[in-house]
Amino acid sequence: MKMRTMMTVVSTVALAIAAGTAHAGATFDAVKKKGFVQCGVNSGLPGFSAPDDKGVWKGIDVDVCRAVAAAVFGDASKVKFTPLTAKERFTALQSGEIDILSRNTTWTVTRDGGLGISFTGVTYYDGQGFLIKKKLKVKSALKLSGATVCVQSGTTTELNLADYFGLHKMKFKPVVYDTADETVKSFEAGRCDVLTSDQSQLYALRIKLAQPDSAVVLPEIISKEPLGPSVRQGDAEWFNIVRWSLFAMLDAEELGVNSKNADEMKTSKNPEVKRLLGVDVIKHGLGVNDDWAYQIVKQVGNYAEVFDRNVGAGSPLKIARGLNALWNKGGIQYAPPIR
Amino acid sequence: MTQMTDPTGAPPRPPFWNDPKIRAIVFQVVVTLGVIAVGVYLVRNLMHNLEVRGISTGFGFLENRAGFAINQSLIAYDQTSSYGRTFFVGLLNTLLVSGLGIVLATILGFIIGIARLSRNWLISKLAAAYIEIFRNIPLLLQILFWYFAVFLNLPPPSEALSLGDAVFLTQRGLYLPQPMAQSGFGWTVFAFLAAAVASYFLVRWSRRRQDRTGQLFPAFMVSLALLILVPLGAFMVTGRPLAWTVPALEGFNFTGGLSVIPELGALLAALSIYTAAFIAETVRAGILAVSHGQTEAASALGLRRSWTLRLVILPQAMRVTIPPLTSQYLNLTKNSSLATAIGYPDLVSLFAGTTLNQTGQAVEVMAMTMAVYLAISLVISFFMNWYNARMALVER
Repeated sequence: MKMRTMMTVVSTVALAIAAGTAHAGATFDAVKKKGFVQCGVNSGLPGFSAPDDKGVWKGIDVDVCRAVAAAVFGDASKVKFTPLTAKERFTALQSGEIDILSRNTTWTVTRDGGLGISFTGVTYYDGQGFLIKKKLKVKSALKLSGATVCVQSGTTTELNLADYFGLHKMKFKPVVYDTADETVKSFEAGRCDVLTSDQSQLYALRIKLAQPDSAVVLPEIISKEPLGPSVRQGDAEWFNIVRWSLFAMLDAEELGVNSKNADEMKTSKNPEVKRLLGVDVIKHGLGVNDDWAYQIVKQVGNYAEVFDRNVGAGSPLKIARGLNALWNKGGIQYAPPIR
Repeated sequence: MTQMTDPTGAPPRPPFWNDPKIRAIVFQVVVTLGVIAVGVYLVRNLMHNLEVRGISTGFGFLENRAGFAINQSLIAYDQTSSYGRTFFVGLLNTLLVSGLGIVLATILGFIIGIARLSRNWLISKLAAAYIEIFRNIPLLLQILFWYFAVFLNLPPPSEALSLGDAVFLTQRGLYLPQPMAQSGFGWTVFAFLAAAVASYFLVRWSRRRQDRTGQLFPAFMVSLALLILVPLGAFMVTGRPLAWTVPALEGFNFTGGLSVIPELGALLAALSIYTAAFIAETVRAGILAVSHGQTEAASALGLRRSWTLRLVILPQAMRVTIPPLTSQYLNLTKNSSLATAIGYPDLVSLFAGTTLNQTGQAVEVMAMTMAVYLAISLVISFFMNWYNARMALVER
């Protein structure tokens, strides 16, 4: 049996053995006790989570985990990463192998309702698109009838693909692989005409091609893919910390606080900034230090910084902010106030 | 238990806690109860944990709409089908590749195994090289090699290799013309069935006659002729009621006709070539286990060399060969789950992969998958044991 299947089995067995005591705060207590956050990430998706040439994990999903570590321990480095395939991710979270799942995962009702997990927010608003070889000269996804489509298994992508082609009465043949690497490799070899995935991933996968210019991303977006971190149900405290770690980064961007000016901003006259940085102490009740948001911004950065260095202008992907701009700058990223 | 001494003067029976028979029973009962208790504890704990964590349980999900498409399906399937249906699609795909793999590996393995013992130096060394190369490279690497280095390097659909503009070979698969039965084709089928029944009785008759009189009748050739010529005759007489849909390049891909996906080809090639290397060694061991005196006796009786192999050596070699052969069949079936590496929609990839992920019901899905592999393996085992018992030396 394959290693991955083994992992699923082991997780299932772990679930059977684990003593059944899931009281409120179980995850949070366990995290504080062991001294680090165990975070499930993608095994290799540039911009979202991938190890760099020195083996350090980089990416927007990775930074969400670092932010949580900064909030809980005041130290963004107190996090360990578990690379997961799309198939393994939910079992890993359900069985307690990881504390947070931050692995470009789409927030859907069945996942919130049926898997025993809860999504805490949206790190990246994405949508599904198509990557196609330039030489086929196809300009629209509606001209794809009869095409062979490469797709990664166990994703909402697989479902959307079938829905979209069914809706437009087009035929297609899917070829389903376990990992993004295999999907790209066989797309490159010509097994399929089109590769489908979330658009952000398409840009990330395109730079993995030997000749990135040989393929183009089609304009159509066929689905809503709000990607975000999720946690196990049954620990509201932990849920709140993960949720507000992301909100703190968004609020920091909105207030103009970033990793470079966080210390100067402590003297700011703006009451909102003071509350964010913990200068004015508020009863946040999150169970972490009052300077939690300051530590996030100081050590990880605000949302704009995280976005830019991982997927935006400061990265090879060069994805525009688009929907992911703040609500007052034409996007839909919006965080409740810290007060 | 009586405390009285036995009047016959036999040594007194030991107290019951020292009686080895009773002890043995007690210990077995204790161990069995222990195993059951642990099992019950695990299941209860699992159910409790699943409930606490709000994870849905039960097999109701099997009736829900699956909503994803599948590349190769032997039964009718579309995205409106249920998860239960994906289970059967995956199961049949697993059985397909395992079944074909077992047949191919057996044929190839017997040829290589016999070639390994050939007196011809070149043939025996080639067979030895084959065995050493293929059984010593990990199977997963071989599968990836066949897929990425061989099948995906075939030409794209626009430059397909074609045979008479009817058969096309591309990196997207092999496309064959599909026969479509027209009215009147039933007669051909009927003729074939009749020929099959006739040849069954013919073989029986010829065997009885040989036992009685020692005379040979070429039953094999005659039944082969029956099986081919009678249906062919019926086919011609009824006016060739068969139409062919020929695949044609249309848009992105070939459409129409039968298609075989490259994932199946790569997996089948890798599985049969790998397992054949093991089977070859098993066959060689079996043949070497038959004493040389048997060959000498056969030639003393004036049997031809090919007959010696077929009638004297192989039947006796089979006795030694079948048990390890069974293990190889089981290995091949279980190894077919590596299909998920190259995107062949087998049970593990489809059901324990996609379905598990869409439903999140790991416990149920994995339990079903494991039960299926167990069941397939037990059936193969059972069949091979039955066959082994039939082939075993009958002592008179």
